[in-house]
Amino acid sequence: MRTRSALRAVACAFAVLATSAFAQVKIAYIDPLSGLMAATGEHGLRELEFAAEGINAKGGVLGQKLEIVPMDNKLSPQESLIVLKNAIDQGVHYIVQGNGSSVAGALIDAVNKNNERDPSHAVVFLNYAAVDPDFTNDKCSFWHFRFDANSDMKMEALTSYMKGDKNLHKVYILNQDYQFGHQVARAAREMITAKRPDVQIVGEELHPLAKVKDFSPYVTKIQASGADSVVTGNWGSDLQLLVKAAKDANLKADFFTYYAGVVGTPPALGDSGVDRVKVVTYWNSNAVSPAYEPYIDAYKKKFGATSDPYTGAMRLALTYLTDAMKKANSTEPAKVARAMEGMKEEGPFGSTEMRAADHQLIQPLFVLTFAKAGGALKNTADGTTDYSFKQDIKLDGPATARPTSCKMQRPS
Amino acid sequence: MTRGSRERLVLWAAYAAVLVVAPIVFSKGFALTLLCQMGIVMIFALSYNMLLGQTGLLSFGHAVYYGLGALFTIHALNLGHGKLPVTLMPLVGGISGLFFGIILGYVTTRRAGTTFAMISLGVGEMVAACSLMFPGFFGGEAGVSGNRSTGSHLFGLTFGPQIQMYYLVAAWLLLCTVAMHALSRTPLGRMANAVRDNPERAQFVGYDPQRVRFMMVALSGFFAGVAGGLAALNYEIVTAESLSARTSGLVLLATYLGGMGFFFGPLIGAIVVTLMQTLLAMVTKAWPFYFGAVFLATVLFVPGGLASVAMLHKRLWDTGQVRRAGVVYAAMALPVGLALCAVIALVEMAYHASGDVEGPLRILGRELDANSWGPWIGVLLVLAAASLACRWTWRRVAPRWHEVAQALAAGGAR
Amino acid sequence: MQLFATSLLNGVTYGLLLFMLSAGLTLIFSMMGVLNFAHASFYMLGAYFGYVVSTRIGFYPALVVAPLLVGAIGALVERYGLRRAHASGHVPELLFTFGLAFVIEEAVRLVWGSLPVPYKVPASLDGPLFTLYSATFPTYKAFMMGVSVAMLVALYAGLTRTRAGLVIRAALSRPDMVEALGHNVPKVFMLVFGGGAALAGLAGVIGGNAFVTEPAMAEALGPIVFVVVVVGGLGSLAGAFVASLFIGIVQTFAVAIDYSIVGRISVSQVAPVLPYLIMVAILIVRPRGLLGTRES
Repeated sequence: MRTRSALRAVACAFAVLATSAFAQVKIAYIDPLSGLMAATGEHGLRELEFAAEGINAKGGVLGQKLEIVPMDNKLSPQESLIVLKNAIDQGVHYIVQGNGSSVAGALIDAVNKNNERDPSHAVVFLNYAAVDPDFTNDKCSFWHFRFDANSDMKMEALTSYMKGDKNLHKVYILNQDYQFGHQVARAAREMITAKRPDVQIVGEELHPLAKVKDFSPYVTKIQASGADSVVTGNWGSDLQLLVKAAKDANLKADFFTYYAGVVGTPPALGDSGVDRVKVVTYWNSNAVSPAYEPYIDAYKKKFGATSDPYTGAMRLALTYLTDAMKKANSTEPAKVARAMEGMKEEGPFGSTEMRAADHQLIQPLFVLTFAKAGGALKNTADGTTDYSFKQDIKLDGPATARPTSCKMQRPS
Repeated sequence: MTRGSRERLVLWAAYAAVLVVAPIVFSKGFALTLLCQMGIVMIFALSYNMLLGQTGLLSFGHAVYYGLGALFTIHALNLGHGKLPVTLMPLVGGISGLFFGIILGYVTTRRAGTTFAMISLGVGEMVAACSLMFPGFFGGEAGVSGNRSTGSHLFGLTFGPQIQMYYLVAAWLLLCTVAMHALSRTPLGRMANAVRDNPERAQFVGYDPQRVRFMMVALSGFFAGVAGGLAALNYEIVTAESLSARTSGLVLLATYLGGMGFFFGPLIGAIVVTLMQTLLAMVTKAWPFYFGAVFLATVLFVPGGLASVAMLHKRLWDTGQVRRAGVVYAAMALPVGLALCAVIALVEMAYHASGDVEGPLRILGRELDANSWGPWIGVLLVLAAASLACRWTWRRVAPRWHEVAQALAAGGAR
Repeated sequence: MQLFATSLLNGVTYGLLLFMLSAGLTLIFSMMGVLNFAHASFYMLGAYFGYVVSTRIGFYPALVVAPLLVGAIGALVERYGLRRAHASGHVPELLFTFGLAFVIEEAVRLVWGSLPVPYKVPASLDGPLFTLYSATFPTYKAFMMGVSVAMLVALYAGLTRTRAGLVIRAALSRPDMVEALGHNVPKVFMLVFGGGAALAGLAGVIGGNAFVTEPAMAEALGPIVFVVVVVGGLGSLAGAFVASLFIGIVQTFAVAIDYSIVGRISVSQVAPVLPYLIMVAILIVRPRGLLGTRES
């Protein structure tokens, strides 16, 4: 009985492999769909599927529809590789991932090895949110394309704002203990000391990723240091719980974050976050071009009025992908990757370019402050009805670009 | 050659033959990955059974040796700059497993029973927690990556393609199975059994139970390290997860499910668990629940594991009771099958209703709306009816099963 | 000074929560000799039931209803599951509770999904209670401390001053004699198991909204509770109390201290390892724990 059903399942897998290669372009979504970071993973999946539906409704690409295959990696690099192998066996040639630079690093490595050993099963990696700068510098790969500004670019934008901030005197740097957190801490230290030598860095802390349930000990340390500002790259539950603990302990400090707009954090901020919490991001829902408005309206209609499609990188990545496929007139990964290099697209906030040198997308960046909704701020922050983000500065694409040390090896 | 030893030789030959032929039968890429995974878990489970089944030591931290073996192997792979042959890499894992087995074994085997279980849990969690403290060795959140296809390519073997990796795993699996089986027949293995059954008596015979346990822990650490080394080569990445409580739990599940009373039990358990983890996971999102439910059912109703079920049927065959037993099975098949289907339907509907799964629920080609009351009531009624049918049928066939059991007991005294 | 005071308060709160969990576990162990791996799962069930009841009816009713539900489940588990496994021996018993923990976690995922549920602190208890050196101490944490202490007092009173408590304590050390005297010892076991589960459930109701309520919460807290029980001494309530406070305070303080011990490694990085280090040390040096009365 057991063998029979096992064989049946195996046969299904083969059948799927055989038939689907012709009918659809499969895109695997590899991110956490369980555990503490499940909410961010689920949100990304929703946005990816929504964007794919939009493209399929207009006929798909080259006569084929886009099919999204969600795969839970439990935020583990090891699990991600197992899942990648499954995806490749199922005929997937394009993977999308973004939550966790440690996972992204493992995936880039695995994709490189796979494409070298088995070119007929090549895979292209569309990275929508893993922002460790190494992936478009020393660890750059021909098969990897990043659609989010990397953490150095973001810190550059944030510190440009900090240059003019009169209230900034003592800074505490708190981050997650993994490569992304280390990069943010390093960049913060370097750029703050360079642009504001008068500012004192009163503390630096790393905490385990996605494990801390109670941030009150850390908040106590921040208070004890006398900091008036906290710079943090925390995301997901780590930012949510930090903010919650800060509110509980009545911490009077400004927060300079990367991810305050992400699911779960705006509702946790509430009144205590107004005018205090700042975020550097490529998404400003109240400054989209008129052509993009219908997309936001359709998204809100489907998922609720408080839903904010802040992962604009999803739609942008799919746009780049499908246009590259049309340009190459093929869905074969190597050809599509070559076509995608150097492409330019008009994004919701201005023009964007996929830089050929390092596969880093150059796009406009904003620094926003958490504020009360109303008036010009009619699109609210995700999960809330009373709050939104107001714009402090906007930097156009070229102004955010940074030099790269990537020496890309292209397949012949 | 006696009949028994001829039988055994045939079994070993068949085992080796299956290992060689398997990838030819199951040749698609996905199947190969599965076979490699199974092979690694089989070695791991066999090493665990050296402790659980043979020495009576319930350990909740066995993944420590596996994980450390994997880490040392991948570091050796990276540091060796391709000068060391990949075929012998698992030996690095084995030696490090042995090393830590000696150190940790000495510390943990002072006591047995529940105390040992708790110590093993503590040590396991401790080493897993240490992984954050030494990111240089453990690789931090990103783990440690390696490339198995660099290095001296002996006989043109790069180990890049999965099939080459499979044969490496199969070769080590065969070696380790033979070694562990032989070990169970040595005086050490027999004394381990004695220590499991009656430590006081073993002491009277002149063997120090603590010494015996210590040696078994060290040796099982060796084999666990070999499994870890193969895992490092197979996945080309090792994260702190390899040492985690979850991995320890997995091998415990696999070994117990397979049957800790028989040498080949863990082999069956490893295969079943890997299949459930991969194939079942493709069919339904609720697979961990089924996993746990099967385990609980095994603990409560079939404590000997799947191996004991296999052996029971072998005895049925030997004593000629197959036809009678067959009648019982045939009679019970329908009501039990129906009840199982109802339970599965309930579980699947619950998953769909919780919103964890997108898309409608399909059973037998028909769509069921898990959010409305209708299907729930229908399935519950089916379950009730099937349960009643089970009880009714069992009352009818129970006498026949008693006959079978009696015949087994009589025939068993051969 | 502020750091010390706040950390101490936080540590004590956490320690008291640990005590609520470990009290039940140590009682169950001393009575039945089985280390219940599913104990943290009862904690999780308490949190989820608390969430369901507090969103439907209210938080204060949840404080009563949820633990009762969890206790009932615990009693059923003992009657139909554990008793059967006990017949097969020690190892199957442990494995049963191990498998049970797994199944409960999956069942919770089945019903409520993998995402954390929005179990919130009730508005009446939200907000700061007092300010200590410019850091506020939330009212809810004080509430948690209050409930834990009240429960400890009730447990102590119940065990030492009531007749039922007398029977339970007797069955703790001399079950055969108690049975010979005519008491229904299996029923006592069932009640104790259910009671322990109810305690864990209560801890879940009050802890679930302070910390995150999600399916992996049992896995996260489980091992620490074991450490507490083992360090305190298997079978000793007083030991569990001392050990919970000790471990709770040590863990909270360890995070706050930046002092580096060896090279780059600071105390705060060693923090997660400390409880296990202590447990292993105790098991090797003094297996019966700090205040324990008997070994496994």
